[in-house]
Amino acid sequence: MNLAAVPLDSTRGFLSPSGVEIVFVLVGLGVLGAALLTVTTKQLVHAALWLVVALGGLAIEYLLLTAEFIAWVQVLIYVGAVVVLVLFGLMLTRAPIGASPDADSGNRWVALGVALAAAATLVTLVVDAFRSTWIDLGTVAGSTKANGVTLFRYWVLPFEALSVLLLAALVGAIVLSRREKKEP
Amino acid sequence: MHLVFPAVLAALLFCVGLYGVLARRNAVLMLMSVELMLNAVNLNLVAFDVWLRDALHSGQALTLFTITVAAAEIGLGLAIVLLIFRNRGTADIDRVGRLTDGDEQAGGDEQAGGDEQADGAETVGDDEMEGVG
Repeated sequence: MNLAAVPLDSTRGFLSPSGVEIVFVLVGLGVLGAALLTVTTKQLVHAALWLVVALGGLAIEYLLLTAEFIAWVQVLIYVGAVVVLVLFGLMLTRAPIGASPDADSGNRWVALGVALAAAATLVTLVVDAFRSTWIDLGTVAGSTKANGVTLFRYWVLPFEALSVLLLAALVGAIVLSRREKKEP
Repeated sequence: MHLVFPAVLAALLFCVGLYGVLARRNAVLMLMSVELMLNAVNLNLVAFDVWLRDALHSGQALTLFTITVAAAEIGLGLAIVLLIFRNRGTADIDRVGRLTDGDEQAGGDEQAGGDEQADGAETVGDDEMEGVG
């Protein structure tokens, strides 16, 4: 398929997807599959490893949407920090290595119903609302330079407030996990 | 790119996370599902920011803030889960219902179990003390 020779208007349709759209859908299917395995697998450590696949796939989706900086922040913080924290949490709560049959609670069928209903509603709404909307990916929207300029020119106050929030979370985590001193 | 692709992916990812939060029993797995839901929101923010070409890059700035808040959230959440595990000996959220109504019987049983464990720990400590002495 020679995409370059096709005029722009005829490339805009579900039946003639562009190369970026095909890659986006394929990676999206991988992300969805990994997310489903994360919430359904019986082995707790495998769930954390499938979470890595889902979050890494999302970083690729950000790259395809030309948001480079967000993609690398996603890799650094989510895949690097959050998943390691989750693995530490699983090990410190003595998660079994093999399959644990009681990983799912008894109301999983109710949960499935709620999730399917929410998915049907949201997908119907979103498809109906944005049926004829296209993103122009011609220019890079999220380069590091553009993000840095806007972040430190227009979003300085939220940025500083966020640093205070992180400090509060740090202190809170230390206070929570500190052991009480035994009375002599 | 058609805007429907990222929007539908975000909606489905959010619903997968919703299922995980409702169906999982281990508290750490529930936190992982919350992360999936937050990531769905992030994908929506980035996609709509790229679509609207916002001059302030609001969507991407908010995505950075969401990622940071999610990191703080999972740090605090895991600290709370570890505290519960240390006090009750379980990370099973179905069995951590002492604050709910009508759970006093189960709460009493857990209380007894906790006392037993505390007694055991105390005995071990005494033995060590005697050994040192």
